[in-house]
Amino acid sequence: MTVFIIRRLSQSLLVLFITSIIVFAGIYAIGNPIDILIAPDATFAEREQAIKALGLDQSLIEQYGTFLWNALHGDLGRSFVFNQPSIDLILNRMPATLELAFVALFLSLAIGIPLGLWSGLRPNSVLDETVMTGSILGFSLPNFWQGMMLIMIFSVWLGWLPSTGRGEVDTVLGMRTSLTSWSGISHLILPAFNLALFKISLVTRLTRSGVRENMPLDFVKFARAKGLSERRIVSVHVLKNIMIPIVTVVGVEFGGIIAFAIVTETIFAWPGMGKLLIDSIMRLDRPVVVAYLLVVVTLFIVINFVVDILYSLLDPRIRLGSAA
Amino acid sequence: MNGPTLKVENLHTHFFTEKGVVKAVDGVSFEVARGEVLGLVGESGSGKSITGFSILGLVDPPGRVTGGRILFQGEDIVGLSSKEMRTLRGRRIAMIFQDPMMTLNPVLSIETQMVETVLAHENVSRGEARTRSRDALGMVGIPSPDERLASYPHQFSGGMRQRVAIAIALLHRPELIIADEPTTALDVTIQSQILAQMQGLTKQLGMALVWISHDLGVVAGLAHRVAVMYAGRIVEIGPTDDVLDYPTHPYTIGLLQSVPANVPRGAPLLAIPGMAPPPLQRPSGCPFRQRCAFATTICETEPPLDAAGAVAWRCFHPQARRAA
Repeated sequence: MTVFIIRRLSQSLLVLFITSIIVFAGIYAIGNPIDILIAPDATFAEREQAIKALGLDQSLIEQYGTFLWNALHGDLGRSFVFNQPSIDLILNRMPATLELAFVALFLSLAIGIPLGLWSGLRPNSVLDETVMTGSILGFSLPNFWQGMMLIMIFSVWLGWLPSTGRGEVDTVLGMRTSLTSWSGISHLILPAFNLALFKISLVTRLTRSGVRENMPLDFVKFARAKGLSERRIVSVHVLKNIMIPIVTVVGVEFGGIIAFAIVTETIFAWPGMGKLLIDSIMRLDRPVVVAYLLVVVTLFIVINFVVDILYSLLDPRIRLGSAA
Repeated sequence: MNGPTLKVENLHTHFFTEKGVVKAVDGVSFEVARGEVLGLVGESGSGKSITGFSILGLVDPPGRVTGGRILFQGEDIVGLSSKEMRTLRGRRIAMIFQDPMMTLNPVLSIETQMVETVLAHENVSRGEARTRSRDALGMVGIPSPDERLASYPHQFSGGMRQRVAIAIALLHRPELIIADEPTTALDVTIQSQILAQMQGLTKQLGMALVWISHDLGVVAGLAHRVAVMYAGRIVEIGPTDDVLDYPTHPYTIGLLQSVPANVPRGAPLLAIPGMAPPPLQRPSGCPFRQRCAFATTICETEPPLDAAGAVAWRCFHPQARRAA
């Protein structure tokens, strides 16, 4: 276990290092931010001064060297646009995105697993066909369209839920959350559901195929022969076997939810990190983009680590020491 | 209690498929007494496993028991509610399966799988259930059972897993055990150990045992009585020594001649010509007639059950009682 953690940690640092090079060079290649940052009627002297102040007069290698040196000292640079530490900008917005992502994850599991079990245990019934058709819609309808339809139905026609922004926010255990008040929750429902729809379909299908794969196996028949209740067979024997593929896929997808909730955040004007990323790319705000991607890569590394640990808890045949 | 532990009368189990009705078990009758071992032999597809599953009420759809009675301790258990069946399964009637690699749930510990079996039928504490589980493991000859309880199936060899399955079957001291080819997947040395153990346990605990097998050698050494199945019916039944030493039905003779040990070295093995008829195209009358050297036109009608002494058979041309 210790060996596993040490090896994983050194791999992670390497990944972060390589990501930083690629992102840095990529953003550098897109264009010179100075053209966007200063007014078109600025004098040559003003322009020169701004370039110097931002360190844009140095070569790419020099700029990267400075960035790396600062990064190793815990400073990921200041935003060109906001003139604030870029990491502060990101961490400021992160709780909103994390909240949205966790609620979406919860919805996808809380709805997807029961639906999958339900239809998997009654294959080819009307219910099963309905759920399967519904999941195809969930897969194939574009996310932004689903979002607009949700707003149209629940905000415009029915008027039940607000369509934009984040509601009341309370601080609980140092985290700012909107889960403590109805205003907060009502603002959260539509974006979270929009973000979760695709995952609900995915989890439903994974669960259903897992059930159909596992139910005919001998261990299920043996469990029945032991006199266990059908409820225990499904919720313990079968479900624990199914959780392995679900954890794999959901783990990968969860990183995606956090990092790229951009479409949903844009539609519902949710003040999260995704919107910050889009704005920063438009303004060529390089320190923010680089810092953002490093944060996202770190999140992915953490999620993968958690998934690996969950594996070893779910499947006794997996031992972490031998995992690469 | 007087009378046989299990009495099966004219059992019919049919599968209603899209292509037609498969009569997997088509009029099977036999009985097993306390402390007795009945060997149920036949080729693959002869209906012997389905007979076993019918007794436990574990026939999967589209199959179901369509006729006959299954008297367990004098009570007909066909048509019991699934709840009533569940109180019998694992407690008074237990089953052991063919492939020990598949019967235990790979992601649950042995302790979980044993304790849940105890708790499914008896209201005892977890500690008590654990003690019982440990004792059962000890009874089937698993060394250091206390430590082994915490293990998972993949940490056991095939023979050891089958012992665990047997221990689970024995947890409630059942009155009847259905063993579906439990030694087929094992090495001969392990096979003989398990056979000896089952023989001893049957005697010691006074259980009735139905041993389903295609291996005549195993049945010869273990069973008191033997029933030979072909195409969903019992074609010959009687005391093991009578049936195997002086077979009456041409199919039994053919089976015995197919066993290499019964033929002098170097002499060609006598295989039964042809194949068992596909379940949807069984001929009228005696299903064996197309492969039988003694068949005549009368075999196109249903052969009645004849008996001499303790042996009964279904054949118009019973062979003189000669040593095979």
